[in-house]
Amino acid sequence: MHNITFADKSLVCQPDETLLQAFLRENIEIPNSCHQGACQSCLMQSLDNPPPASAQNGLKDSLQAQKYFLACLCRPEQSMTVALPNTSNNLFVAHVVKKEPLNPDIVRVVMQCQPDFKFFAGQFVNIHHPVSGVSRSYSIANVPKQDNQIEFHIRRLNNGYFSNWVHDDLTPGTELAISSAQGSCHYVPGKAQQPMLFIGTGSGLAPLYSIILDALNQGHQGDIHLYHGSTVFDGLYLVQELRAMAAGFSNFHYHPCVSSELGNPNIKIGRAHDIALQEISDLRSWRVYLCGHPEMVKQTKRTAFLYGASLKEIYADPFYSSQPKS
Amino acid sequence: MTASLYEQIGGEAAVNAAVDIFYRKVLADHRINRFFDGVDMDQQAAKQKAFFTMAFGGPNNYSGTDMRNAHARLVQMGLDGSHFNAVMENLAATMQELNVPSDLIAQAAAIAESTRTDVLGK
Repeated sequence: MHNITFADKSLVCQPDETLLQAFLRENIEIPNSCHQGACQSCLMQSLDNPPPASAQNGLKDSLQAQKYFLACLCRPEQSMTVALPNTSNNLFVAHVVKKEPLNPDIVRVVMQCQPDFKFFAGQFVNIHHPVSGVSRSYSIANVPKQDNQIEFHIRRLNNGYFSNWVHDDLTPGTELAISSAQGSCHYVPGKAQQPMLFIGTGSGLAPLYSIILDALNQGHQGDIHLYHGSTVFDGLYLVQELRAMAAGFSNFHYHPCVSSELGNPNIKIGRAHDIALQEISDLRSWRVYLCGHPEMVKQTKRTAFLYGASLKEIYADPFYSSQPKS
Repeated sequence: MTASLYEQIGGEAAVNAAVDIFYRKVLADHRINRFFDGVDMDQQAAKQKAFFTMAFGGPNNYSGTDMRNAHARLVQMGLDGSHFNAVMENLAATMQELNVPSDLIAQAAAIAESTRTDVLGK
């Protein structure tokens, strides 16, 4: 028997029942449907002790690393404090320490965080506007560091309330509130030889850059291919840094792609995802990370799966602009 | 007691292998892949896992009403018996690819066939 804490409630899970059964017995409503680990409706996260491995059957390994599990498969082996996904309301204070242009449309914003802010490379946070309180999701573009600084690549959108404010008015010294880090698109160690494909458009490079740095820091051995796409050459950024990384790591391959501008040597002509899947068309045993325009992400996910990548090995992070967010 | 169909086919590991192969087949099948446009692929794979678990005679909570409701939108898009037959073909081909013995394929196919009227909203 183990004590389970959920929100402000506490219950005891009996040896002969799953956590979901214990919740239902106590009339605590959580989403549930198939009760056999297939539908994943009852996805929960342990906030302290790791859940039993058997309760993580079928989940992506990045979710497993974040201690997510299925309540219907969970026979607790120790006490746990659990939560439903993305219900953490913790806000952290961050101070802007630097803002600099990366290209005509994208600025790099560096923030100093509190030491208790933790993240996996590739996750995102919601940044809150200090006056209106409006928030937007932005991917963290660096890896966790001792100095607790995090950086973002923020692209100016036409009529974008938040991004125009960042570009025009945000100054170093400003104090902002940010959410806890979210998302399951990140590097998971343990398959150091696995080849990995990264495809991103625009500022979709941010989380990919972070994940690639993380993978290389953790000694990833397999080939890592990055296809970064933009309509015009000026839309690419971090080109020098990425070329330097490719020179320094023989397993890292950088492919900048431009879809509607000719005549630049060393740049591939075409859409990044088209070029990537022409050049690498057998994705069996690959891990694939996609980030950027939602249509590109959706289409490429499907193609990558048809080309042999397992769905569990495809990590997609579509960038929706604010309107459709519910 | 003889092993159940689900155990004979290979249980959850067989289901996982089948979903990957089957889903790729239906997405590549021009007769039916339009019905899968715009769906969330991870959710769809989870549903197919539940479907295979049922077809393989495993534990399931599917009711006829669930099947009806889940496919009503597709029936409006024109889903008919020919599409159901195409799915049955892909199902059999998937099991053949996994070297499931033909008598077990027949049993699983019969379970899947039993959902026809509910899936097609007849």
